[in-house]
Amino acid sequence: MTQHGTDRVKRGMAEMQKGGVIMDVVNAEQARIAEAAGATAVMALERVPSDIRRDGGVARMADPRITEEVMKAVSIPVMAKARIGHIVEARILEAMGVDYIDESEVLTPADEEFHLLKNQYTVPFVCGCRNLGEAARRIGEGASMLRTKGEPGTGNIVEAVRHLRQVNAEVRKVIAMSEDELMTEARNLGASYEFLKEVKNLGRLPVVNFAAGGVATPADAALMMELGADGVFVGSGIFKSDNPERFARAIVEATTHYQDYKLIAELSKDLGIAMKGIEMSTIAAGERMQERGW
Amino acid sequence: MKRVGVLALQGAVREHLQSITACGAEAVPVKWPKDLERLDALILPGGESTAMRRLIDHYGLMDPLREFAKTGKPMFGTCAGLILLAKTVVGSNEAHLGVMDVAVERNSFGRQVDSFEAPLEIKGIDGAFEAVFIRAPHIVSVGLSTEVLCVHNGKIVMAKSGQFLGCSFHPELTEDHRITKYFLSMIPHKSDLLLPNRSIYSKV
Repeated sequence: MTQHGTDRVKRGMAEMQKGGVIMDVVNAEQARIAEAAGATAVMALERVPSDIRRDGGVARMADPRITEEVMKAVSIPVMAKARIGHIVEARILEAMGVDYIDESEVLTPADEEFHLLKNQYTVPFVCGCRNLGEAARRIGEGASMLRTKGEPGTGNIVEAVRHLRQVNAEVRKVIAMSEDELMTEARNLGASYEFLKEVKNLGRLPVVNFAAGGVATPADAALMMELGADGVFVGSGIFKSDNPERFARAIVEATTHYQDYKLIAELSKDLGIAMKGIEMSTIAAGERMQERGW
Repeated sequence: MKRVGVLALQGAVREHLQSITACGAEAVPVKWPKDLERLDALILPGGESTAMRRLIDHYGLMDPLREFAKTGKPMFGTCAGLILLAKTVVGSNEAHLGVMDVAVERNSFGRQVDSFEAPLEIKGIDGAFEAVFIRAPHIVSVGLSTEVLCVHNGKIVMAKSGQFLGCSFHPELTEDHRITKYFLSMIPHKSDLLLPNRSIYSKV
């Protein structure tokens, strides 16, 4: 019997992205540049996170025309963002045949209490997380892929590093725990007991976990791989740099060969100016995108 | 012990390495041309074929991979790996390695929402094999020397052509290692390979 939208099919799609770079694009031309540079997928959106941050106002799902154009322009998978808890935006993207939906804190949340029940959809979802509890809750709702939240649109890697280290430290702790300690840990993390048992048995998260939120240079991408990310999302970092084509290629290569430091040195030479970054202490607490969702 | 490489540029590398180990062979990730030395066989994993191709070109792996194919050692491509091996890619003027006598069409079952799993009857494998298809290609046509191993809904999804094995789906995403075992059984005994200047498959 043929089955669509099973966990294996949805999580498997993310497995195929491992070791790759997923790039934010706002039109067909950028999508083609990303594909030619070796991106494993593109994320179609109306504005990259740094522009969303600058412009303010409500950020919503992109105009379906943009997403459609991107889907026509490339043969690699196309992802798109829906607001947290926005059932209809997610259903629209699914109906359009988008390959993966990012229920994303980069957009203004539609629901401050409830995330989407993602296991009701055939299309797979990726969600952001800052710690193992958040990861567990998103997977519990049906997310098939995770990414760190980081702090989107800043070009500052510090929050992505914090989140990846946090998740991985908590995974290691669960693996090392004896089974009779797991229920208390589940309560403390706000994770289900069954989820922690699965993590302990597998010795890792049950889904792929990418880094996102602040990657601006090839060295940033390699750093996230070094810290154990399965791959990298680059938002504003590519098309807000001086030379998007070269940045895109260099970030792809640095992700593949993240421990080849001579190579990363070579491909980082004369890249031009990376996106201008933002220091965290200058962002007001209410403007931190990572605080959206729970 | 048999040494089996997995092209480790991108994609489902870990799963193939684990499957090889589970079958009692030594698993070797291949990132650079030198990693191809002393391998008995090579797996090209699932992932994104366009991304893998770019990295193959950039790191000068294309010629070494074709040379590897010329030694007659078995090569197995799953999904994107099958696309890399195929002689013809529908809608593209140029093949990638272009060594396996099949023509493949990319994303031929549709987009991700059309991805599926289904039990398959595969020639040479006893009992159904639960196969996971993700934005999968299929084999449109095969050469005379190619043996079709599995057809699903009228589409060829697995075939063997001499030393080359290819499938549309992802055996590495399941705990079922029978296809990896099947592939390992294609590795000739060392003594056969010592014969000068001939592939044992040239007779087939």
